[in-house]
Amino acid sequence: MAGSRSPWGGKTGKGGGDTPSPPEGPSDNGEGEPDAPPPPPSPGPRNPWQPEGDSAPPRRAASIEDIFRQRANRPGGGSGGGGSGGFPRMPQRRNGKSWAPLIAGGVALIWLLSTSTHQLGSTEEGVVTTFGKYSHTIGSGVSLTAPWPIQSVDVVDVTSIKRETIPEGEAEKLMLTSDQNLVDLSYLVRWNIKNLKLYKFQLEDPDDTVKEVAEAAMRASVAEVALNSVMGGAGRGQIEQNVRQRMQTVLDAYRSGVLVQGVEIKKADPPAKVVDAFQKVTAAQQDAQRDLSNAQAWAQQKIAGAEGEAANFDKVYGQYKLAPDVTRRRMYYETMERVLSNNDKVVVEGNGVTSYLPLPEVRRRAQAATPAAGGR
Amino acid sequence: MLANLRQNRVALASLAALVVAVLTSVVAVPETEQAVVVRLGEPVRVINRFKPKADFGQTGAGLSLRIPFVERLVRIDRRLLSVDMERQQVLSTDQLRLEVDAYARFRIIDPVKMVRTAGTPEKLEEQLQPILTSVLRQELGKRTFQSLLTAERGAAMAQIRTGLDIEARKYGAQIIDVRIKRADLPEGAMESTFTKMQAAREQEATTIRAQGQKNAQIVTAEAEARASQIYADSFGKDASFYDFYRAMKSYDVTFSNPDAKSSSTIILSPENDYLRQFKGR
Repeated sequence: MAGSRSPWGGKTGKGGGDTPSPPEGPSDNGEGEPDAPPPPPSPGPRNPWQPEGDSAPPRRAASIEDIFRQRANRPGGGSGGGGSGGFPRMPQRRNGKSWAPLIAGGVALIWLLSTSTHQLGSTEEGVVTTFGKYSHTIGSGVSLTAPWPIQSVDVVDVTSIKRETIPEGEAEKLMLTSDQNLVDLSYLVRWNIKNLKLYKFQLEDPDDTVKEVAEAAMRASVAEVALNSVMGGAGRGQIEQNVRQRMQTVLDAYRSGVLVQGVEIKKADPPAKVVDAFQKVTAAQQDAQRDLSNAQAWAQQKIAGAEGEAANFDKVYGQYKLAPDVTRRRMYYETMERVLSNNDKVVVEGNGVTSYLPLPEVRRRAQAATPAAGGR
Repeated sequence: MLANLRQNRVALASLAALVVAVLTSVVAVPETEQAVVVRLGEPVRVINRFKPKADFGQTGAGLSLRIPFVERLVRIDRRLLSVDMERQQVLSTDQLRLEVDAYARFRIIDPVKMVRTAGTPEKLEEQLQPILTSVLRQELGKRTFQSLLTAERGAAMAQIRTGLDIEARKYGAQIIDVRIKRADLPEGAMESTFTKMQAAREQEATTIRAQGQKNAQIVTAEAEARASQIYADSFGKDASFYDFYRAMKSYDVTFSNPDAKSSSTIILSPENDYLRQFKGR
């Protein structure tokens, strides 16, 4: 039974040889130690590494003598023990044969299974090479190939779109525009793998190539347009299109197997040093807008006023037309009433009498009015 | 038993020898490499040499044979390689400076020549770098600043590519493409560009403001004209009545405005039309 031998070789009750002991230990430990754990008879926790059935003896370190005795007692043959003392050895099968062939077979099986079956996700493709030579491309699902040293599979995610932001980080990236201004630009390139075979074998560093091509294409495109259209909306779309096309052309010429999905300008700002000046332009634009809307408001008012007045006149004129003389007289009297009732009136009799202004009277009244106002 | 073991040993040994022989005489070349077979120091053939038409799978990649211990393999990259040029200042014909970053893509098409002349792809890169720099400088120096920036770049690049290709062929390499990665202004020119941009913006701001005022004035004037037209259309129907009507309104405003505190003294002659009925006729 397995219980008869401990993997650490402890058959006799003389303790495991793995506790280092001070050199003077053995002689002192002959009789029960004072600081030993619970006395042997008590059914305390058992050491799982000790053979079953043996009552745990007080633990003590092995002495040289013990080790020799142990060696002598060990059942001979069988294990053929090259390993001395404490090394674990492979357990035997029941019929006494070695486990080795079984284990070798198992390892071979695992190796065969793990290197010849490949499960690929829905976005993945794998390039199969036979001794380095391209054989075929496998799609998603489970595929079988020859095991590893013969065929190997390189699995890459092809459909998911990679995003590359240029420049990385928040650093300012200034580009020259056609009117020799500078613009701070950052953009995003989205691409995926169109042809895995080419992607794998054609370029030294495809990912880096995409970035470099993007950069070259972006600079070339920005250099073709003026600053204002880089920053404006419509020009941006044009540039994005342009860059995408340029990139695709170059990457196709390299036979890179890369498909550029899109280029997006994330930011096109004036350089930090001249932002103030650009803000002045914005302020001026707002001022101009404000002036214009003020003028428009005034114009509305003016025209509305004119229309109102004209409508008023038209109405009155309509009435007047019906009975011109009467209306005229009526209007005249009404107006004169209002005028004369609010003012002093002097009626001067007689023909040929020169009318004069009663200046003393006017002065007196003015004097009367002033103290009255001042006294208050 | 012992004889059996001995026999087995012989078999085992010969098997081992066979395995060693196979392993040393068979070589695997991946798709990404071409291998020059060097026999006693002399290149004799190339495995998986680059052919532009051959698709992957139809190439010479995979297993090949060689004579063990006599033939040695020098593996050379078969892919598109890149050589980056260090930042260079280029002077245009109109004496403006531009800092240029460029790269070239090349492929080793004659590995034997490459090994003979340069040795390794890395050394080849080192060789190509100064050539690229000088060709680029030469070519870009023939152009104006403006044309460096814009469309002519394409033509210039083609020229540079051809120029570099001639040199590269001597090393067994082919230049596929040369591209300017960046073309920036040098530090000093940067400042003056900023100043220029600033001035331009300020000018733009002034112009926009003036333009805004102009537009406002136009709107105002147009409104006035329109109002005047409305008046004319309406009042023109009866000029004499308008005169009367407007006079009445005017009197009202001038004389009977309760807001105006000061009252006037109006001297009337009995002949006045208003007093006509005084006479009791």
